[in-house]
Amino acid sequence: MTAWLDEALTRVAADATALRTVFPAVGRRVGRGPSDVPGRTVDDLARVALLKAAPGAAAEMPDLYRYGDAAEKRAVLHGLSVVDIGDAGTALVADALRTNDTRLVAAAMGEYAATHLDAAAYRHGVLKCVFMGVPLAEVAGLDRRTDEELRRMLRSFAAERTAAGRDVPADLLPLLTGQDT
Amino acid sequence: MRIFDPHIHMSSRTTDDYAAMHAAGVRALVEPAFWLGQPRTSVGSFTDYFDALVGWEPFRASQYGIAHHCTIALNPKEANDPRCTPVLDLLPRYLEKDGVVAVGEIGYDSMTAEEDKAFAAQLALAIDHDLPALVHTPHRDKAAGTERSIAVVRESGIAPERVVLDHLNELTVAMVKESGCWLGFSIYPDTKMDEDRMVAILREYGTERVLVNSAADWGKSDPLKTRKTGDAMLAAGFTSGDVDRVLWRNPVEFYGQSGRLSLESGAAAAEFAGNSILRGARK
Repeated sequence: MTAWLDEALTRVAADATALRTVFPAVGRRVGRGPSDVPGRTVDDLARVALLKAAPGAAAEMPDLYRYGDAAEKRAVLHGLSVVDIGDAGTALVADALRTNDTRLVAAAMGEYAATHLDAAAYRHGVLKCVFMGVPLAEVAGLDRRTDEELRRMLRSFAAERTAAGRDVPADLLPLLTGQDT
Repeated sequence: MRIFDPHIHMSSRTTDDYAAMHAAGVRALVEPAFWLGQPRTSVGSFTDYFDALVGWEPFRASQYGIAHHCTIALNPKEANDPRCTPVLDLLPRYLEKDGVVAVGEIGYDSMTAEEDKAFAAQLALAIDHDLPALVHTPHRDKAAGTERSIAVVRESGIAPERVVLDHLNELTVAMVKESGCWLGFSIYPDTKMDEDRMVAILREYGTERVLVNSAADWGKSDPLKTRKTGDAMLAAGFTSGDVDRVLWRNPVEFYGQSGRLSLESGAAAAEFAGNSILRGARK
């Protein structure tokens, strides 16, 4: 952990509004390389740590997302499952799922989405990941939220791919044959 | 000839311009935030524009091997519109973004009380965020506006070597040189300054603290004016070292004061947020 991050954690713990100027600077202060956590960069982890450290982060997160660049937005999405934001995070997840940025779409389909999205939104989130080539390993909650309607949508997607002579992603296959339990 | 255009509005230019600029030697540029040619009516119009300056536009530039940075500010003209001034409260978020290397364009358009207020407030932001400042000098009543700008800069407490006064001409160059600020010149097809007058100014005042830009935008302007000025300098007997100083080392030194210049052009991503610059499938 850098001295800069230590100081930043102290600042946001005292005043969550400090996140507004600390958040964008994280990448150039702590680096952007891979971390020990698969799929997370060093700046991803630092930003989520900052959100956890700031009492009142939940009130700041919508604007951190709105004014954030892609890295900041991704961190806010990761942070939804570690900060108590109630239902206010669903609008951010919905925004990310409207983009065509695979990094944001993948980050949107984390544990918060698995818990908070309604069935239709969750199904379309999964389908969008499949469509964009986001590995399903990055999608939370598939074991408990895959239902017959989602399986139908995925089978239809696979049929379209096959008809076009294109490959069906390998990680899709186990989902196509399951049954509701 | 390697070229750093320290002031060019690429959002209003085409990909053909990026290709021609790269062929002419442009490898880096700074895009200052300014108005849109027609007035903005809301803060959201600024923030979407700022998002493009730190997002989509650097991506477009990277496709042509050009490093893109920007400056962020409420411009002088729109500082007079109460529908626009609340953007001042949002600037601190943007002034901490990676590609932002100065506060600008700030300064005077019509020298109103509202412009005074926005100018001073944004020089204070430059100090707070440890950034240089890019000051636009007015097109009308330029000499008086430049003099007043120098006074406001002095009063703000920002170090003069962290400020550039732009769009200078024969009548304003001496007072800016004397102030310790940097001297910016916008080389335009018909207005502001041309290559030959620029060469004459360089002869008289030297190459120190001089920035030469095209200030190209959606008006009649030419994104290759930096290269043409370099050619005119060589034709007039300046050395290639002089040209390199004016067109590369000086802007690197000025904007480098931000600590945020990143000039190595790494492998460019093929897509930005899922969107490429290709329109339709590649042939």
